[in-house]
Amino acid sequence: MLATRGGQILAGGTDFFPALGDRAVRGDVVDISSVGELRGITFDSNYITIGGLTTWAEIIKAPFPRCFEGLKAAAREIGGIQIQNRGTIAGNLCNASPAADSVPPLLALDTEVELISRHGTRRMALADFIVGNRKTLRQPDEILSRILIPRKVENASSTFLKLGARRYLVISIVMVAAVIQNDEAHRVSAARVSVGSCSAVAIRLAELEQALIGSPLTKGLSSLVRPEHLRNLSPIADLRATSIYRKDAAFHLVQRALNICARGA
Amino acid sequence: MSTIAPMSATKIQLKFSLNNREVWVTSRPEERLSKVLREQLGLTGTKVGCDAGDCGACTVLLDHEPVCSCLVAIGQIENHSVTTVEGLKSRPPLFDRLQHSFLEHGAAQCGACTPGMLVSATALLEGSSSPSEAAVMDAIGGVLCRCTGYRKIIDAILDAASNSPRHKLTSDSAGSVGQRIVRLDGKKKVEGTEIFGADQIPPASLGLRVVRCPYDRAEFRLGDFADFLANHPGVESVFTWKDVPGEDCYGVIPRFADQPIFARSEARHRGEAVAALVGDPEVIEALDLSTFPVTWEELPAIKTIDEALADGAPLIHARRANNVLTGGRVLRGDVDKALAESDVVVADEFETGFVEHACIEPEAGFAVRIGDRIEIQACTQSPYMDRADIAKLLGIADEAVRIIPAAVGGGFGTKLDLSVQPFIALAAWRLKRPVRMVYSRVESMMATTKRHPARMRCRAGATKAGKLSALDFTADFNTGAYSSWGPTVAARVPVHASGPYFVPHYRAVTRAIHTNVVPAGAFRGFGVPQMAIAQEQLYDDLAIELGIDPLEFRILNALDDRTPTVTGQVMGEGVGIRACFEALRASWIASRAKTAAFNATTTGPIRRGVGVAGMWYGCGNTSLPNPSTVRIGLKPDGRIALHQGAVDIGQGSNTIVTQLCADAVRAPIDCFDLVSGDTSITPDCGKTSASRQTLVTGKAAYMAGTQLRAAVLKMAQASDEAVVAFGDSTLIIHDGAISRKCSLQDLPVDEYGYVITSEETFNPPTSALDENGQGNPYAVYGFGAHTAEISLDIELGTVKVLKVVAAHDVGRAINPTLIEGQIEGGVAQGLGMALMEEFFPGKGENLHDYLIPTAGDMPPVESILIEYPSPIGPLGAKGIGEQAVIPTAPAILNAIHNAIGIRIRRIPASPDRIRAAILASQANGVEHAR
Repeated sequence: MLATRGGQILAGGTDFFPALGDRAVRGDVVDISSVGELRGITFDSNYITIGGLTTWAEIIKAPFPRCFEGLKAAAREIGGIQIQNRGTIAGNLCNASPAADSVPPLLALDTEVELISRHGTRRMALADFIVGNRKTLRQPDEILSRILIPRKVENASSTFLKLGARRYLVISIVMVAAVIQNDEAHRVSAARVSVGSCSAVAIRLAELEQALIGSPLTKGLSSLVRPEHLRNLSPIADLRATSIYRKDAAFHLVQRALNICARGA
Repeated sequence: MSTIAPMSATKIQLKFSLNNREVWVTSRPEERLSKVLREQLGLTGTKVGCDAGDCGACTVLLDHEPVCSCLVAIGQIENHSVTTVEGLKSRPPLFDRLQHSFLEHGAAQCGACTPGMLVSATALLEGSSSPSEAAVMDAIGGVLCRCTGYRKIIDAILDAASNSPRHKLTSDSAGSVGQRIVRLDGKKKVEGTEIFGADQIPPASLGLRVVRCPYDRAEFRLGDFADFLANHPGVESVFTWKDVPGEDCYGVIPRFADQPIFARSEARHRGEAVAALVGDPEVIEALDLSTFPVTWEELPAIKTIDEALADGAPLIHARRANNVLTGGRVLRGDVDKALAESDVVVADEFETGFVEHACIEPEAGFAVRIGDRIEIQACTQSPYMDRADIAKLLGIADEAVRIIPAAVGGGFGTKLDLSVQPFIALAAWRLKRPVRMVYSRVESMMATTKRHPARMRCRAGATKAGKLSALDFTADFNTGAYSSWGPTVAARVPVHASGPYFVPHYRAVTRAIHTNVVPAGAFRGFGVPQMAIAQEQLYDDLAIELGIDPLEFRILNALDDRTPTVTGQVMGEGVGIRACFEALRASWIASRAKTAAFNATTTGPIRRGVGVAGMWYGCGNTSLPNPSTVRIGLKPDGRIALHQGAVDIGQGSNTIVTQLCADAVRAPIDCFDLVSGDTSITPDCGKTSASRQTLVTGKAAYMAGTQLRAAVLKMAQASDEAVVAFGDSTLIIHDGAISRKCSLQDLPVDEYGYVITSEETFNPPTSALDENGQGNPYAVYGFGAHTAEISLDIELGTVKVLKVVAAHDVGRAINPTLIEGQIEGGVAQGLGMALMEEFFPGKGENLHDYLIPTAGDMPPVESILIEYPSPIGPLGAKGIGEQAVIPTAPAILNAIHNAIGIRIRRIPASPDRIRAAILASQANGVEHAR
């Protein structure tokens, strides 16, 4: 049906219905929510694979390794329990909101996504998949079927920090995710730090990550963060905050995320 | 992949398990589950607050997990199981305990969020028998409540989990005043059976939607309706201003009435109606309103007070010069001289934004024409005012209009103004068919009234000894495109701007200014909460400047029974403000010490602060009559009918008024049958606003009860001390040693069907204010003071309120549980106003951009009830509804100052504003150091 007539994809409905506003549903809708193949979490030697229809509630309960703590923390911050029970991981990615809570922690896990259509499947890095504010490389006849996380840094410490103006049901002003792996000498061997809600698409702070490699994983780690490490952020001003504030808050949250990872290491 | 389900406009049949029963429905597969439950299956216990997953009111269990039923397509649940609030009763004993606990704790106020709360709590407790407070907060974090402040809901869930012994819920003995009687309308709210505005659909009713202006100001031309109707089968009629039969000009204050149902050629604000489309409900709902034939020409709009007052600014209403709707002032003494002679003077400016009421229930109702009468059942706070305006709009007599108030899912002032009523009344009148309308959340936020943004400038002076000498206060309020309650705000604020203190020299001048934005109207406090944000911060600065503890400074200056107010009123008795402040002293001293110690030793980014603010608030209309009439009748079955016209919007007037009446009759609450505020059967108890219902309607009910008792005693020839047992067709009268029976069955009944009818009117005694605002504007004031303890993250600018202690002089606490509910709910709204709430017209017309506090934002609230009886209030009682909200925001802002030494002059004190203020202050500090 998608291939022949197109249509909007409906899964958890947590973005589909709110996007309607006052309007009724128009055009064709393709409900994929009961496609069992798109559900569930599997572990093989190279990847942990999350089916696109997997809900946040399922992710919170899943027996993931340590480096997924940030993703789980993000899942607990997505809407309320009602949303976590319905909202799907693929939906969050395909909706591609700059404030999508799952994107920074998934970027920090070097996530790849798989798209299927009747022409076959293709796979790409999540960082390549989301190309702009609510823009992805998904073709109208494609479904985001699986999220694949390489099993490279499973014992890394990880965290997710979300800044909003209230406790629950809040759209992020800024969020930061970090995954930090250390070697036997307790030095940083892998560092992935990402920031969301501060650019059209959440981004990794590659220069900071480079700067962290080899440093002792102690509280002093956060002192390595420099404002220029955040230069690729381009936050907007909106109802939630000014752009200056976002950049400033992102700096402090990155520091805090590193401290949390250091404490947990 | 055979299970991919294409959805299209055709309906399908499907079955699912609903509340343990298999049901079949026929529906378009993409229809929202919430809509099918409510409108096809008749289960209206599931409420719809936003249709966007932002409020959680529609929470149901889907295969045992809570979900928002507005986000589930009916086509997705074939062969799944759904449990709604109506189905929870099949899950005893847990649900019995939950319901009981909600009632006992007063966890349901208006009841619109209650089903969502109960369903969420059920899911939690079925999975975890002894959850922590944090787990309870997580479980209800996705359900918004605007009334309770969440704490009583959290307590109720924890209590239900603990399975502690249950208490009896009602009193069956006389003497109910002062007792924690469970709200009399509570059972319906915890069962989901309460009928709110959208919960009843008359058979064969038509749907109605309104075409609204998308610009702040626009000229428009309406096109050809004949073509439009021909192209849209199912749309029966289009109504515009040409169809209004009566005088097309309404408004809550008749002297200032200026609002038409539909704009004629120029729309004055975004969201103003230009036409109504009526027809088959399904067709109307699916209609793409952008196909309606109207052409817009956007015009330059006035959005701010400055633009409205600028030289040569276009007039929004030709007859209102300079765009000034009206003003108010109170003058006393010689303020300029007194300021010049003061030992210490502080001056500052403060600004607030639009605040949205965010009632969980969007406006809704239906109208039915019966012969030459029109009947409207809708949510409202003011049935008789609605009646007068609808009669005027339709050009018919007041008596030809019947207003049946539906249960109100939150009001807070916004449901004092007409919303759906003019549209449905006009359409039902014209078409002679029932017509129903339910505002969407977007429409509700776009088109209904807001709290007035205020710009306030003030100077205050004091003596070295710490006595207030003078206050000079000026405020402009952005009142939007129509008058609504602008005149009330302009008149009320100058009376209150002194705060509850003796200020010998005083000048307060206000204006309400028209702009091209949605009308600002009544919102809990009529401008006084904004005013208190300025005045209470300014007095804090005075105290700091003088080196006096801010609480002691307030105690030193507090009004008492003999000191005159700024309008020259001397209360004589019942002024409990000093007692409120003194009740806070012990916790204040402890908190200030703890906070100072924390800040002195911390090395992290968190600072703590404690702030205090006081409040006074006059109950009822300002120097205007506002009577309530209460009728009670002794029925032949020995029960007592109470015609209680004070609309209960969740605050508890159904219960409070009955308690007062029961005490006067000296009968147990159980003997009373409440008759609603239906204008065809119940006299006018005025509007539910201005914290007047306990005072005014409560007093009328007490007087009527006293009269009924006297009449019964006379009939029974019994003495004043006799005890009468009501509730049976034979009354039993114990008079000293003598007992006698009095059979009611054989006695004649009057026109109302009662053996004895008693009707009393109470109008609180006030006097007009003279040209300087001197006089007695209110018969009774309520007093109170809050302290707020906060933590503030100086790197992120975020604030967490840790604790609020709220002391209120309520005169006489008729029902402590309900009063605490008002206080906690007021604290939540004050917290929201201080820290997160601001509405920007045209932006964020939803509940994820417009933020109100969630369960996780509310601190514990300690309520201290002070009873300094008013000589006028019933048994001494005073109002509490608005009083509760006023001190919280300034107390939080003073706490912020205490934490970081910075005044936040523009609220809300959002993280970016606080952080910017910290950075600016650091930059200044560096400059000073250089």
